[in-house]
Amino acid sequence: MVEWTDFERATIQEIFSKIDSGVVGPAALSRCLIVYPWTQRYFGSFGNLYNAAAITSNPKVAAHGKVVIGGLEQAVKNMDDIKTTYKDLSVLHSDKLRVDPDNFNLLADCLTIVVASQMGQAFTPDVQAAFQKFLAVVVASLRKQYH
Amino acid sequence: MSLTTKDKETVKAFWAKVAPKAEDIGQDALSRMLVVYPQTKTYFAHWKDLSPGSAPVKKHGATVMGGVADAVAKIDDLTSGLLNLSELHAFTLRVDPANFKILAHNILVVFAIRLPNDFTPEVHVAVDKFLAAVARALSEKYR
Repeated sequence: MVEWTDFERATIQEIFSKIDSGVVGPAALSRCLIVYPWTQRYFGSFGNLYNAAAITSNPKVAAHGKVVIGGLEQAVKNMDDIKTTYKDLSVLHSDKLRVDPDNFNLLADCLTIVVASQMGQAFTPDVQAAFQKFLAVVVASLRKQYH
Repeated sequence: MSLTTKDKETVKAFWAKVAPKAEDIGQDALSRMLVVYPQTKTYFAHWKDLSPGSAPVKKHGATVMGGVADAVAKIDDLTSGLLNLSELHAFTLRVDPANFKILAHNILVVFAIRLPNDFTPEVHVAVDKFLAAVARALSEKYR
């Protein structure tokens, strides 16, 4: 069972209430595809990913970015049992999507950077620690059902 | 994943914007590293105060960014340019090289906070590659 302090809980709730999922999701996913181009292997059906401009303006990337944030919002709603909440998602990523779980950390890093740029100075070291802990729990839960 | 000519140009252009805030960025990145990755505090047991913005953290953040600035200047041959620093980290400091990645991540986070409009995805990938190349050069003398 993950132990969350009051500060961590409040911080995560606040971040997700403040960020615009329509902005952060697409920005984080497109940044991931640009900074770590090998992640494009999972998006063969998305069309034009040839350069940064194409990725940033790709509507399928943007739509999928929002799906990812939607998934994170489920974790925010169920912070005390993300592992169970993500059971089916983990199976999906393992058996159907066949995503190398190391990629989860790459997307998590891009999410951190995008949220940092959105929040500016409000993204203090303590807030960063809480956010990265949350993402670490999410990543571990997504890895859980891999076999 | 070596640095292309374009990568080097991107890094140098971005560094021109970083340079005036370098010490502040260094202090912020180091502070974050010590808070978000507490295991890194083990290297600084000899400091009186490890809290964000403390005097030793400020001083050392400036030192680290001075090293990065040096690396930018020697971007065409990091291995020989950073030879002395590599020997320092390998034989004296003995910092586990995994920590270079951790500090690099925190430097990128601070870039995103301080220069959100300049730290575009294209700049991000070039700078990430550059910091990885610096880490490789620093690890050169380890074994």
